Amino acid sequence: MNNLFVYCEIEDGCVADVSLELLTKGRSLANTLGCKMEAIAIGHDLDNIAPQVFPYGVDTLHIFDDARLYPYTSQPHTAILVKLFKEEKPQIALMGASSIGRDLGPRVSSAAGSGLTADCTSLEIGDHEEKKIGKVYHNLLYQIRPAFGGNIVATIVNPECRPQMATVREGVMKKEIYDADYKGEIKKHNVADYVSDSDFVVTVIDRQMEKSKVNIKSSPIIVAGGYGVGSKENFQMLYDLASVIGGEVGASRAAVDAGFCEHDRQIGQTGVTVRPKLYIACGISGQIQHIAGMQESSIIISINNDPNAPINSIADYVINGTVEDIIPKMIKYYKKNTK
Amino acid sequence: MGLRIIVLAKQVPDTRNVGKDAMKEDGTINRAVLPAIFNPEDLNALEQALRLKEAYPGTTISLLTMGPGRAAEIIREGLYRGADNGYLLTDRAFAGADTLATSYALSMAIRKIKDYDLIICGRQAIDGDTAQVGPQVAEKLGLSQITYAEEITKIDNGKVTVKRRLEKGIETVEGKLPIVITVNGTAAECRPRNAKLVQKYKHAKTSTERKETPGYEELYDARPYLNLAEWSVADVNADTALCGLSGSPTKVKKIENIVFQAKESVTLDSSDEAIDNLMKELIANHTIG
Repeated sequence: MNNLFVYCEIEDGCVADVSLELLTKGRSLANTLGCKMEAIAIGHDLDNIAPQVFPYGVDTLHIFDDARLYPYTSQPHTAILVKLFKEEKPQIALMGASSIGRDLGPRVSSAAGSGLTADCTSLEIGDHEEKKIGKVYHNLLYQIRPAFGGNIVATIVNPECRPQMATVREGVMKKEIYDADYKGEIKKHNVADYVSDSDFVVTVIDRQMEKSKVNIKSSPIIVAGGYGVGSKENFQMLYDLASVIGGEVGASRAAVDAGFCEHDRQIGQTGVTVRPKLYIACGISGQIQHIAGMQESSIIISINNDPNAPINSIADYVINGTVEDIIPKMIKYYKKNTK
Repeated sequence: MGLRIIVLAKQVPDTRNVGKDAMKEDGTINRAVLPAIFNPEDLNALEQALRLKEAYPGTTISLLTMGPGRAAEIIREGLYRGADNGYLLTDRAFAGADTLATSYALSMAIRKIKDYDLIICGRQAIDGDTAQVGPQVAEKLGLSQITYAEEITKIDNGKVTVKRRLEKGIETVEGKLPIVITVNGTAAECRPRNAKLVQKYKHAKTSTERKETPGYEELYDARPYLNLAEWSVADVNADTALCGLSGSPTKVKKIENIVFQAKESVTLDSSDEAIDNLMKELIANHTIG
C-alpha cells in the first residue's frame, strides 16, 4: 500500500527507455520515502519484461497480459490503472510524457480525481504547508517544471489527492541499473477483472512505427540552431558543420515552430534532453525550457550576435557574431587543422 | 448526414511575448497583461471540423471556450472561419483552474449543449503544453478518445477513421461516435477568415459585451445569430467546489526565477584568428576530431 508506481511502456517486447529512466528515478524517490516501487506492464507476451525491469529496483511487477492490450489503446489501459490504483492506493504514479503517457495519464487522473503535472524536469520529495488552512503535509512529491514563457520554474504539489501523478519526457532522467541481481515479485492479474469488452471501442487498423531516424540523445556533439539562424536554408550550414565534426543537428522550439527544422530534433522541455560533450548553440537566445534540456552539456559554445543572450551566461565560449559568418569559418579551420 | 461538432478552443496568452508581470502572486497567470490569441492547435482542430462540414452537408459546428469576457474574441474568430455558433463559459468561480477543474467545467457545458457526435480540440495549448484537457473531457463524459490526430479521414456508419501522428510513427485507428479527438499542430492549417462571414458576424456579442456598448436592440432581435451564449457556473449546473482554484488538486507551491549557475565564459570575436584558435583548442583537448 502507498507505494510508488511506474507505468512501463512496451514496444515490441522491450520496455521503453523513458520507463527505465523513470524506474531509476522512482527507485531513488522510493528510498527517500521508505516505500516500495512497483511497475506495471500492460500488453501481450510479457514474459521477458521482468528481467528487463528488476535490475532497476522493482519490488513488484504487475502484469496484465492479453492480446487485445497491444498495441496500446486508451480505454483498456486506463481501466486497468484506475482499478489497480483503487486497490493498491499508490502515493505516486509516474509515466513517460510520450504519445502514450500523455494520452493515458490525463484520463487516469480524471477518473481518479487526482492532479497530474505534465513534462516535469525534476522530481523531489519535500514538505508543504497550506497556509490558508494551517496544515502541513509531509513527504509530498514536488513536481518541478518550467512554466509559462521562460525564466520561471514552478513547483507543483498535490496535497490531498492520490496518487500524485507526473509525466516526464524521455532523456530527462538518467537511466541507471540499481542492482543487477535485484529480484522483485511478479503479480499476474486476470485481465477480465479489470477490463470489460466495451472498453475496446477504438481499434488500431494500421500501425507504422519506425525507429527514430535521428538520435540526438546519444550524439557526443550537437550543433543546435534557434530562431536566430533565420531560415531553413541557413540551417543547412548547421548540418554541414555537424557532418564535418561528427555531430547531430538539434533545434530550439522557436526554430521548430518557425519551420526551420523538424520536431524530432527539438531540444528542451518539450523535446529531447541532451548531455553531449560539446554543444554549439547557434542563434539560440536561451529560454529556460531550452536550457533545461541542454545545460548538462560538458562544453557549451554560444554563437550569437546579441551579447546579452541569456544562453551566454551558461556558455564556456561566447562568440559574438552571426551564424552565417562563423560557421563557414569553423568548418574551414576544422578542416585545415585536422589535415 | 449532418454531424454535430463541438470544437473546444482556448484563448491563450501569446507566450512568445511574455513580460515580467506575467505571473501573479499565487503562481497563476496574469492573463490581463498579455496579448491574447486563438490557441494555434485549436485552429488546426477547427479546420478538421470545417472540412467535415464541407464533406457532410448539414453539419453544424459550435465553438466552446472558457475564459474571461474577452475570450468572446475567439468565438468570433471561429465564426469568421465557418463555425455556426459559440458558447463562452465565463465566471469568476472558474478562475485559477488546473486541467482537471477546466475539463470538469467544459464537460458540464457539453452536457448542457447535449447533442453532439464529435468533440474536437487542439492537442494542447501553448500556455501550458500539458495536452491533458482533451482526454480529461473525454473521461468525464464517458467518451472514447483519439489523440494526436493528423487527419480525420472518414466518417461512415457511426464510425470515424483517424490518422494519428505519434512520436515514433503513424497509426490509423477507428472509433465509434460520439468521440473526442485532439488534433496536432502538424495537421492542416486553418483557413483564413472569410470576408463575407466577417461582415456577417463582426457585431456578434455576448450579453456582457452588449451591456458595455448598448444600442442596436432591433439588430440583435432581428439577427439572433449575433447573440453569443454566455454561461456561468450556475448555467451549466456545475458544482462550484469542483471549479476554478478550489476544484484544482494541483497547487503551485512556489515559482522561482531561475538564475543559472553562470560559468566563466571566454568571449571571442568573429575574427578568423579567434575561430582558428578555438578549433585548435577543441581538437587539442579531444572535444572534437
